[in-house]
Amino acid sequence: MTYRIHVPSDTTAKALGADRVARVVEALAQESGKDLEIRRNGTRGLYWLEPLIEVDTPEGRYGFGPVKEADLDSLFAAEFWKGDVEHPLALGLVEEIPYLKRQTRLTFARAGVTDPLSLEDYKAHDGYKGLENALALSPQAIVDAVKESGLRGRGGAAFPTGIKWQTVLNAPADQKYIVCNADEGDSGTFADRLVMECDPFMLIEGMTIAGLAVGATQGYIYLRSEYPLAQQNLNAAIETAYANNLLGDDIQGSGCRFDLEVRMGAGAYICGEETSLLESLEGKRGLVRAKPPLPAIVGLFGKPTVVNNVLSLAAVPFILDQGAKAYADCGMGRSRGTLPFQLAGNVKQGGLVELAFGPSLRELMFEFGGGTYNDRPLRAVQVGGPLGAYLPESQWDTPLDYEEFAKVGAVLGHGGVVMFDDTVDMGEQARFSMEFCVAESCGKCTPCRIGSTRGVEVIDRIRAGENVEANLELLSDLCATMVDGSLCAMGGMTPFPVQSAMKHFGEDFVKNASNAPALAEEV
Amino acid sequence: MTMPGVAGWEPTAAQAIIDQLKSKPGALLPILHAIQDRFSYIPEEAVALIAPALKLTRAEVHGVISFYHHFRTHQPGRHVVEICRAEACQARGARALEAHAKSALGVDYHQTTTDRTVTLEPVYCLGNCACGPSVRVGDEIHAAVNAQRFDELVESLKTERVEVQ
Repeated sequence: MTYRIHVPSDTTAKALGADRVARVVEALAQESGKDLEIRRNGTRGLYWLEPLIEVDTPEGRYGFGPVKEADLDSLFAAEFWKGDVEHPLALGLVEEIPYLKRQTRLTFARAGVTDPLSLEDYKAHDGYKGLENALALSPQAIVDAVKESGLRGRGGAAFPTGIKWQTVLNAPADQKYIVCNADEGDSGTFADRLVMECDPFMLIEGMTIAGLAVGATQGYIYLRSEYPLAQQNLNAAIETAYANNLLGDDIQGSGCRFDLEVRMGAGAYICGEETSLLESLEGKRGLVRAKPPLPAIVGLFGKPTVVNNVLSLAAVPFILDQGAKAYADCGMGRSRGTLPFQLAGNVKQGGLVELAFGPSLRELMFEFGGGTYNDRPLRAVQVGGPLGAYLPESQWDTPLDYEEFAKVGAVLGHGGVVMFDDTVDMGEQARFSMEFCVAESCGKCTPCRIGSTRGVEVIDRIRAGENVEANLELLSDLCATMVDGSLCAMGGMTPFPVQSAMKHFGEDFVKNASNAPALAEEV
Repeated sequence: MTMPGVAGWEPTAAQAIIDQLKSKPGALLPILHAIQDRFSYIPEEAVALIAPALKLTRAEVHGVISFYHHFRTHQPGRHVVEICRAEACQARGARALEAHAKSALGVDYHQTTTDRTVTLEPVYCLGNCACGPSVRVGDEIHAAVNAQRFDELVESLKTERVEVQ
């Protein structure tokens, strides 16, 4: 009898030694003479358990983790391939692990289950059913389904996806484009990477459906250069899709055409801003464009263009397969469906947590995250990337919902949650926000380009104890100018973490007066 | 995209790359990537070939190269080591790690060790945010890197045999 063993293969699992574990499993399997088939799955995103080895059994998959090479002798001695065996690393049935069981996995249903590059696996787990349905619908009917689902842009701005698609559908043009924003630069986020590394066909399917919906025949995935494995997997999956008539000039015999190409970014955070991204795709410096005109009207190479985040496009196959209502039934208020949250930073149980909107931030950080990994008290949480506010404990009961977060001056953004313990110096974090903007501003507008540099300087003065009161006022004023006067979210939101740090952790700005000069060197 | 070895400048190879990619829409970034993947940096000589092929001025090509952190115009060491400076890694000790790395290697960011083994670069997020501090060497990402693991990593790079291409 053949036993099937799954060893994860995403970037984090590899960074934690999954490839070495897979090699040793392979060697020991040969040595043992057992008929063991080793497959590489993606990852479930339960990162504190990685490398998490799974074995198929008639009752489901049993898991063992986190597995180090040194654990493999004892795992083999326990005949772990049988699944339900005694071992210190035994986790029982993987899908019964509360962290996973309590999630609502719509977009990430296949992550960690399938072999990312196997089209058969993808199809066996509901893959390409959405496209099949879409091919039988009119473009307007596809757009209507996306509208009814309530899907909002998952990149951070939360603009209704269906409305954007409608604008592009209505725009007459000889050429239209679908551009996937895969420049996932926010610290604390990795959900896009997980889609691309663990379930690349889902993104390809979503983009193909988008192409049918608006009449676009060319798609580009703009991928950050920090994600080499995502690049490799996407390119391999695209090649397979072409070979199986799922991309190209006659998709599944429908006469519809859609071509897709991965384009690499080059380490510029600003290119996650949609107009900067389009400039970059055109081969230019990633300077932000003024809006209007909207990219939906004048986008890539001047043509109507849908620019959507990876997660927005990845949600589309489910909507077209299970129906708009099935998606819209999840969530609260105007935030429909699910958001894959990412627990990061100083967290005990870091990983991907896909939830319907609604639970509180505290629930996410403690019931899923388990608090800090070093057991120190949690002090501050940055939600929504480097442009998102820092939340103090008084705000942790805020429900995870776009509007509820906006009410407390915070953003959900792309769902990244970065946790800090009580050793964090919030004055230093505020300085970093400005410093990051200095490094990453495209330079087009003055509040962002100059404001960030002045921001670093004034924070240094405050922290050095220089004329503190007047400088704090100056910093508030500077933040207001950046918020109101910047062309895009880079300069317009950089003050969010700074202002929230000043408001909720003001004591940190003045306590370190003595060591501030040492921090003033590098920008 | 693997980290290239140290390759000498070959104008014909560069021209072949340019000719193969120049008719793509928005060809400049794909060309710059391909040149850097091949030669480990973008030599001045390459700019002189790229500009006319795309009907751009050399200044325009320079402008694009200098905009993006990923592109470099000088030959790096045999290995480029990138340390994540972003918030999720800061929350797990990245500030201490970067201070250690700079002093252990005796270089600052964007500099190369005197034995030309390592070029040190900052990076803002590798998407390994649940298990930081993160370090990238070539196409490999390393998780939970502390001072000791960093030293071991550098030691392994120093003792690694250089493959002859």
